[in-house]
Amino acid sequence: MRTGIVVFPGTWSDRDCAHAVLDVLHEPVRYIDHREQNVDGLDLVILPGGFSYGDYLRCGAIARFAPVMEAVADFANRGGLVLGICNGFQILQEARLLPGALLRNDSCEFRCEWVHLRVEQNNSAFTLDCRPGQVLRIPISHGEGNFFADADTLDALERDGQVVFRYCASDGRVTAASNPNGSLRNIAGISNARGNVVGLMPHPERACEPLLGSDDGLFLFRSAIHALARVAV
Amino acid sequence: MRYRAEVFVTLKPVVNDPAGLTIRGGLHALGFDSVTEVRAGKYLVLTLDESDAAEARARLDDMARQLLANAVIEDYRIELEPIAEPVAAGERPA
Repeated sequence: MRTGIVVFPGTWSDRDCAHAVLDVLHEPVRYIDHREQNVDGLDLVILPGGFSYGDYLRCGAIARFAPVMEAVADFANRGGLVLGICNGFQILQEARLLPGALLRNDSCEFRCEWVHLRVEQNNSAFTLDCRPGQVLRIPISHGEGNFFADADTLDALERDGQVVFRYCASDGRVTAASNPNGSLRNIAGISNARGNVVGLMPHPERACEPLLGSDDGLFLFRSAIHALARVAV
Repeated sequence: MRYRAEVFVTLKPVVNDPAGLTIRGGLHALGFDSVTEVRAGKYLVLTLDESDAAEARARLDDMARQLLANAVIEDYRIELEPIAEPVAAGERPA
């Protein structure tokens, strides 16, 4: 799985992503500068977490116009795998590659903690190895992860199976207490209709080794490897 | 013609505004009990050169739609006024 990791000014999780893919899974990685204009030769493009362009105006609003994003949009539209994590999720929404928006957490606090995620579907390229209802333990680290979409968009996401992850209790129950940021319907991650583009607020790359407290994040990266193998067959 | 534009970006009424709620809580804590709602937003001031006011407004609409506001969650309002061109030093009346 040839993986490219986009680095904007202010990106902070690029090395963590590279560690997970290269050191843990032994798959090749290259960093993509935000000024590059093509992402040819890659199987997976990761938009990592951070504070691109200082998150000025809105999170992801400026990054969305970086030269590399046109290539990322073309890549996504051709069916290439794209994973947006945290700030990367915000950028995908600003770029309209995923619907909705991420508002300030309802607590007005930056939340850095472990959460549980219920996998809602295993049709996306990043949940192929999961079973629906499976609970993953993965950390969050954000101030603006409060998922919002209008009622029609929410219903369409549910109907079309594009809700990929929901915040839940350790036993998988979706409760108000397990929602760390006020996200509507506890939504933590969604996909596009085709399932090749996924955005989520939690950080799977920070949960890829037991030493870090969980290796549940590997489910996403291994799923991507298997999704690519399936396409190649 | 040089214009000064004020762009007010606010969350749509249907969007929850945690910052506004927190500010309202602060006002209540200070005893300003009459405050029933606070909505927080962004205020941008732009200076731009355009041929006329209609053109300026059209350009600002484009800017707001493409970047300054996110139509998924935000509304915007633009106020526009012409400002006097700066007078070059040599032309300044004695």
